[in-house]
Amino acid sequence: MIDFGYTLSKSGTLKIENLDDSRFKALHKLEPDAYKCINCGSCTASCSAGVFTELSLRKILLSLQRGDEKDYINQLQSCMLCGKCMLVCPRGINTRHLILSISKIYNTVDR
Amino acid sequence: MAKDNVIVIGGGPCGIEVSRNLRDLGYTPILLEQQSELGGHLRLWDRLFPEGVEARKILKDLTSDLKGVKWFTDVNIESIHKSRKGYTVNVDTGMSFETKALVVTTGFKLFPAERKQEYGYNIYERVITNADLEQYFHTRKDPRIQNPKTIGFVHCVGSRDEKACNRQCSKVCCATAVKQASEIKELFPDAIVYCFYMDLRLFGRSYEDMYLTAQKQYGVRFIRGRVSEVSEDIDGKLFVKAEDTLLGKPMKMKLDLLVLMTGILPGESTTQLSEMLKINVGEDGFFTPRDTILEPCRAKDAGLFMAGACTGPKTIPETLSEARATAIQVHKYLSR
Repeated sequence: MIDFGYTLSKSGTLKIENLDDSRFKALHKLEPDAYKCINCGSCTASCSAGVFTELSLRKILLSLQRGDEKDYINQLQSCMLCGKCMLVCPRGINTRHLILSISKIYNTVDR
Repeated sequence: MAKDNVIVIGGGPCGIEVSRNLRDLGYTPILLEQQSELGGHLRLWDRLFPEGVEARKILKDLTSDLKGVKWFTDVNIESIHKSRKGYTVNVDTGMSFETKALVVTTGFKLFPAERKQEYGYNIYERVITNADLEQYFHTRKDPRIQNPKTIGFVHCVGSRDEKACNRQCSKVCCATAVKQASEIKELFPDAIVYCFYMDLRLFGRSYEDMYLTAQKQYGVRFIRGRVSEVSEDIDGKLFVKAEDTLLGKPMKMKLDLLVLMTGILPGESTTQLSEMLKINVGEDGFFTPRDTILEPCRAKDAGLFMAGACTGPKTIPETLSEARATAIQVHKYLSR
């Protein structure tokens, strides 16, 4: 490539139709509550690991719903499965189980 | 004791219910409606949240028993004169009515969606409104709705929007959007349905359940973010831009159908009568009652009453309760 002395920035816009949410659909089969989240942020606020790392279950779940997991999925590695998020979730989502299912379907263990 | 006439202006659900209750209290209500049929906006709606009761059934129940109510359709108010004895209402058919108590139930109108030009209503083929969709649910006929695979609902069209000269929340459209999103998912189970909202305001009993069902059972995808603009491609597909504010990312998507949840404005007759009768209105154009908490159905003038959506957006049950309360207030006033 000829160097013109500048670079083009990549667009940060999510193009929904280019995203693949087939894995989220598989997750939804295992976890029927995966759509119940109202993004209140209680899980993130109470998270023991979230204080020291970027971990935000709210953002992870939302990004999975949109089929745009790449930016967030690795955060899950900091999770210690303490289950505090499960205690605080107002919609009663079994977040601990959800996290395990996410790990299974998205293979986060291997990453 | 000979009982009096009471004039009720506006023959929507509120006016009908005020009249029926006044009739039950022994008065002769005279109900004036400018359209050619009674029922107001209820005539145009298919089902009502939260249970999905048919609007036409409610309207039929309301209008099935109008014995003793003198009702007139296709009537426009020409002038109203106030005297010590009460009000004289002159209408365009040449008739004139006397009353000691006047009840105004002139309701609301929907925000004209074409005023938000960036959403492309009446410009792009596949942009419709909540009212159009209700019509479709009833008739199942609309050339703009052809087996859509991706559908978007835009909340707050002309509500909470100072630039659209309508700052207030229209209250009922969030629940309507959740209802309509679920209903359209029933018709097109394979479609992906998005709801673009700023805040979700599901205020009533069991409305939260409706939201939960929309999420869990129907898989409606709620995106917190306002649609900023809509454009159309050569095939008539819609391009929609919004920010997913919870993820903090701008997004773009192609849709087959976009439904604009138009908000609620004071009805044209509400504005007209506020001038004729010198009724105080708020910045939003709705009537200001004598006391918003203790006397929400009375204007400053003795003998002047108001109920329903002319004092702000309301659900049908709220409107009907207010109608019944107003009838009793009128009775108390006339038998004092």
